[in-house]
Amino acid sequence: MTFQVPTINMLLIAPAVIVAGWGMLMMLIELFISEEAQEQWTRMIPGLTLVGLALAFVQTIGLWGFDGGTFALANGHPMIVVDNFATFLNAVFLVTGFLTVLLSVDFLRRTGLDRPEFYMLMLFSISGMMLMGMANDLILVFLALELLSIPLYIMSGLAWPRTDSEEAAMKYFLLGAFSSGFLVFGIALTYGATGTTQLPGILTGIANGGSLGLAGAAFLLVGFAFKVAAVPFHMWTPDVYQGAPTAVTAFMSIGAKVGGFAAMLRVFVTALPAIGDTWAPAIAVLSALTLIVGNVVALAQPNIKRMLAYSSIAHAGYILIAVAALPINPDGVSAALFYMLAYLFTNMGAFAIVIAVERKTNEGVMLDDYKGLAKRSPLLALAMAYFMLSLTGVPPTGGFSGKFYVFRAAIEADLIWLTIVGVITSAISGYYYLRVVYTMFMVDGDGEVTAPPALVTAVALTVIATLILGFLPGTWFDVAREAALQGGLALVGG
Amino acid sequence: MGILTIVTFLPLIGVALILLLNQGENESEDKIRWLALGTSAVTFVVSLIVLAKFKTGVGGLQMVEQADWIPSWGIQYYLGIDGLSILMILLTAFISLVSIAASWTAIGHQIKQYYIFMLLMEIGMMGVFLAQDLFLFYVFWEFTLIPMYFLIGIWGGKERIYASIKFFLYTMAGSLLMLLAILYMGIKGGTFALPDLIAGRAAFADVQNILFLGFAIAFAIKVPIFPFHSWLPDAHTQAPTAGSIVLAGVLLKMGTYGFIRFNLPLFPEASVHYAPAIAVLAIIGIIYGALVSLPQKDVKKLVAYSSVSHLGFVMLGIFSLNEAGIQGAILQGVNHGLSTGALFFLVGVLYEQRHTRLFSEYGGVWKAMPVFSVLALIVTLSSMGLPGLNGFVGEFTILLGSMGAASLGPNPWIYTAFATTGVILAAVYLLWMFQRVFMGPLDNPKNKALRDINTRELTIMLAFLLFIFWIGIAPSGYFALMDSSVAELVSNIGTAVVALP
Repeated sequence: MTFQVPTINMLLIAPAVIVAGWGMLMMLIELFISEEAQEQWTRMIPGLTLVGLALAFVQTIGLWGFDGGTFALANGHPMIVVDNFATFLNAVFLVTGFLTVLLSVDFLRRTGLDRPEFYMLMLFSISGMMLMGMANDLILVFLALELLSIPLYIMSGLAWPRTDSEEAAMKYFLLGAFSSGFLVFGIALTYGATGTTQLPGILTGIANGGSLGLAGAAFLLVGFAFKVAAVPFHMWTPDVYQGAPTAVTAFMSIGAKVGGFAAMLRVFVTALPAIGDTWAPAIAVLSALTLIVGNVVALAQPNIKRMLAYSSIAHAGYILIAVAALPINPDGVSAALFYMLAYLFTNMGAFAIVIAVERKTNEGVMLDDYKGLAKRSPLLALAMAYFMLSLTGVPPTGGFSGKFYVFRAAIEADLIWLTIVGVITSAISGYYYLRVVYTMFMVDGDGEVTAPPALVTAVALTVIATLILGFLPGTWFDVAREAALQGGLALVGG
Repeated sequence: MGILTIVTFLPLIGVALILLLNQGENESEDKIRWLALGTSAVTFVVSLIVLAKFKTGVGGLQMVEQADWIPSWGIQYYLGIDGLSILMILLTAFISLVSIAASWTAIGHQIKQYYIFMLLMEIGMMGVFLAQDLFLFYVFWEFTLIPMYFLIGIWGGKERIYASIKFFLYTMAGSLLMLLAILYMGIKGGTFALPDLIAGRAAFADVQNILFLGFAIAFAIKVPIFPFHSWLPDAHTQAPTAGSIVLAGVLLKMGTYGFIRFNLPLFPEASVHYAPAIAVLAIIGIIYGALVSLPQKDVKKLVAYSSVSHLGFVMLGIFSLNEAGIQGAILQGVNHGLSTGALFFLVGVLYEQRHTRLFSEYGGVWKAMPVFSVLALIVTLSSMGLPGLNGFVGEFTILLGSMGAASLGPNPWIYTAFATTGVILAAVYLLWMFQRVFMGPLDNPKNKALRDINTRELTIMLAFLLFIFWIGIAPSGYFALMDSSVAELVSNIGTAVVALP
């Protein structure tokens, strides 16, 4: 057996490398920090993290429009592809990280969780997410998934003497490991059916893969469904979201989900279109279940973090609508991308308010704590109301534009029944989102609100982004479309 | 910037100015009121300029403003006005002005937010009546929910939270199906512009019965048509006075307007197909609304249920699918806005003093408030449809239209006959209402202290009465505004009506 050294173009993987390297660098520096300087160092960390993310962001933007790959063996396909799809998602992950830092700074200090490793773990996790979107080989998908997940397990347990945080970490870890098992099994079966783990190779081989290939695809789907929290693979979500420190919840409600969808879209669009007739109906059913269970169970949640957990399950369902439309309507990719962009800002903003209202770790996260918020801090309440309306999908908000795009993609694919399910569950979701609004505006109550500048900045940024996506979505529709064309469809044909 | 954009977004200037004021002292509270009133007054003046520029005798859209909004999907910022909407624009501007004036002393807390929501409401309603792109229309349509939700929920009565949620969810659930229909047509037709879709409606004519229902359910909830009315009594009763005036005056008209603007021209065959069914529901609404009004113990609830009955007439007129019916329906929409708006206002004046709306608390009010009572009598008679006042003109034209309605089968007079019983019932519940509140002995000591109407209230009422008499005595100018547009609409659906067996 001969050993080949793949050709590597570092420039292309620079965004992920910068993020991971920056984390490692900070970790190394910390070794040399003296006891006395420790406190000062801890204060510097968030700022440094932002710098690292900004550097990676600049690099990412520079790659917009680029289409190519690296880590290619002489006779094979590249293991990593960099195209607009990957670049778009990389930018989404970096912005997620950026906002998470803004949300976390004061929260972690206030709750006594201020440890430098939080930011480093977050950077590692982000690099994993970025690789999810760039992976062109199932082995790399698996590695990226683990790189994404393992830091998240630790972050969930960050408040560790507290049992709910420990429970969250344990649950997340066990079920995460379980889902990784499914994914590996799916990879093995797919390899058995096609003789390769490279996505372009699977593309040509899967048609002749027979039932082995179908089984492989099914297990891959289950693995991804765990990550994006689709019903019936969502059981971990509510407990983990509720138990984890809120800043971590905010981060994973977007990062882990979008990461899961990044790999799911990449694999299903570039490797498995030949059996689209088989997986699309399965995803459609998954989507309908997710929409119904997520939205209906959210109705009964008095804890806002738990409610947002079910809401995030429900939103996975809307994105799955776009995925289910894919084999017939390639526009589904851009619909999903746009939806995730809108969801990023809206959900991040909502979690920012949750953090502002939260007093200690997991105290002040009940709906009752929002009573009278409109009188105590009108602007935050107004922002929260706007986010809730956006999550409901009322115009003019980013959430509405996202739903509009997704429903449009589904109607074009003749998935009328699924669209109707989506519409009805949207109406149901109005009830629990509005409950937050009326608790804030129409019921009196008191309590503390902590809104330091970093958090207010995050709220302002997310409100502006949601407004832009609501009023002037055209540009961003086009961006999402460009991202999708190069990412998926160009390869489907080949 | 065109005049229609100005009339739509002018209230935004008021919102900005109010936001810049500091709340707290009484002085700035008055400033907020004056700013809001001034803004809506200027908007009313601009709407009169629109009227002055409006050419009667022309069927199509006028003063059109078009700009790309989301070009990759063919979505435009597209405003236009024609005979179907000109009266609605005037009504919106008038009702907004009046309801802001009516809130002067009634709203005592969170004044800043209140007037901001009122002005945002006006923007939403204007947009609904002017938008000629379905996406734009939908955005305005849904947007109107948000300010009204807060108006009911924050400044409403005891059950305000329940009422506001019910209002929001009910309307939103209906609208989402309309969104699907809009999306479907946009995809098939390749555009969201209404005139283009009407011209190219062959693209989706095969499923027009389903699309018709998608729109019809959204509008039927808004109107409301029986059996979709159950949100209305709660919302109307719990809303603050100005909220009720806007709800009855304009929001319900958004539903009837939607039928005329979208359902009839986009799906003429389906309109003919469903006309008898909707007419039957309209008549059930007329009679049911009237019968349920009778036993009400709460004055405001009675007025709310009477809306169900009145809007039944409007729906019957629309689905007569002829010129008289539709013209009558549009005018009756305006009439209902004036009469019921005025009734809600009068109830509000009483409520502000006595903090109750129960019939059992009143009686003999005429002796304490003579001027107020005379005004109330005129409005009551106008709502009843007394000849010489506005209600009569509208109802008469609608009944005339339904008598000759080819869409309602070989014996349309049956519909007319049933509808006419509604007119009689209206006389019963309205006169009984008047009798229980104003006539009889003044035996409740609390009512002896009632003060009569003040100058501000009198001005508002005179404004209402001006139009109540004007439309009642000389309606021809109002009909002239819509003549050509309605004629064009009817001739477009005419072929479909003729094709009936």
